Amino acid sequence: MVNAASNPDRIAAVRAVLDGVCDPEIPVMSIADMGMLRDVAIDPDGTVEVVITPTYSGCPAMGMITTDIGLALATAGIEPYRVVLRHKPAWTTDWIPPAARERMRAYGIAPPVEPSAAKQSLFAQETVACPRCRSEKTERISEFGATACKAFYRCTSCLEPFEYFKCVRH
Amino acid sequence: MAMDRETRFNYLIRQADNNMVLGHRMSEWIGKAPTIEEELALANISLDLIGLARSLYVHAETTAGDGRDPDQLVFLRDAHEYTNLLLVEKLNGDFALTIVRQFLYSAFASAYWKALSETEDDELAGIATKAAHESAYHLRHASGWLVRLGDGTGESHDRAQAALNELWMFTGEMFDMDDTDQAAVGDGVGVDTAALKDGWSATVDEILTQATLTRPADGWMIDGGRTGKHTEHLGHMLADMQFLQRAYPGQQW
Repeated sequence: MVNAASNPDRIAAVRAVLDGVCDPEIPVMSIADMGMLRDVAIDPDGTVEVVITPTYSGCPAMGMITTDIGLALATAGIEPYRVVLRHKPAWTTDWIPPAARERMRAYGIAPPVEPSAAKQSLFAQETVACPRCRSEKTERISEFGATACKAFYRCTSCLEPFEYFKCVRH
Repeated sequence: MAMDRETRFNYLIRQADNNMVLGHRMSEWIGKAPTIEEELALANISLDLIGLARSLYVHAETTAGDGRDPDQLVFLRDAHEYTNLLLVEKLNGDFALTIVRQFLYSAFASAYWKALSETEDDELAGIATKAAHESAYHLRHASGWLVRLGDGTGESHDRAQAALNELWMFTGEMFDMDDTDQAAVGDGVGVDTAALKDGWSATVDEILTQATLTRPADGWMIDGGRTGKHTEHLGHMLADMQFLQRAYPGQQW
């Protein structure tokens, strides 16, 4: 059973199952959308290896994501498997594809903005557009939001508060 | 000369302990911070630090340890087995002291992790890269507050200056290089922190000037935390933090 399908087919099947595993803090984003799913491989003995990387050192969702991956694979009959946490290369928001950024915006979270080279100094602030009205007249309320990956902003055009998914680059 | 396992383990545990102890201190602000936004900020910084500590404990155990998990290291070691810097175990004091402590440490940590991200130990390099980014963010937060406090009211200025004066003697320990540190540098998994001093000084001077605060003169610097000789405050912190595992060994949730 384990070896009935070729490895590329099995890897594609595993990836399809993992597309259903979401970031528990942003349910419209899968772990692949988030750039957290780094690799899927199959050992010679048929064990599926899923490699993930954390977004932030203290991301409290990692435990739940690991459990969700196991649950999704087991439910799909994909066993045995193991989930590996790998830190290098370090996660960056560059790994979030454009379509996923658009989904994030539609969900009400402003996607990461690339800081301009001129704004690298200690107190620099990016221009973050409001995810609802697209106005660039926004202000930061707090650098720290409800999760490690987000900051609090407010739109001074439509007056809605919103969350900004912070840009991480190395 | 290649570093022995025990030295490597001890070196990594020092870095983990710094983050664990400071992370716990920051978590003590939950429920007491001056504003809700600031409460989230301090809790988030705490989470970053404890998460980083966890990664480092796991890495130390995986590459050089005896199989203990992070919970055992954190909850079942006594104060003399902790090897964090004395600076990070200082009581939170008032908000100014917490911010000054975070500022002095983050200015060091952001440079430290940046340097360590070049290590040939891939997993450690990845952990360090993430930590460098997060420490820079913590530094930005603490710097912003320090400027506001120092260049704020007479009261906030005096409190920030008093905190700076009180903590200054704890800053020397960050740049001490003992045999364990030297061995780690020789083995490519450590950082020569003495070489980070000038950069740290420049960062500190830049922000203190903006904050209209006076840099204290370098006097006698206290050390000992990294060899297990702690202030009385660490034992009290551990008594609180470790109570559950001491009273109900092996308890899980």
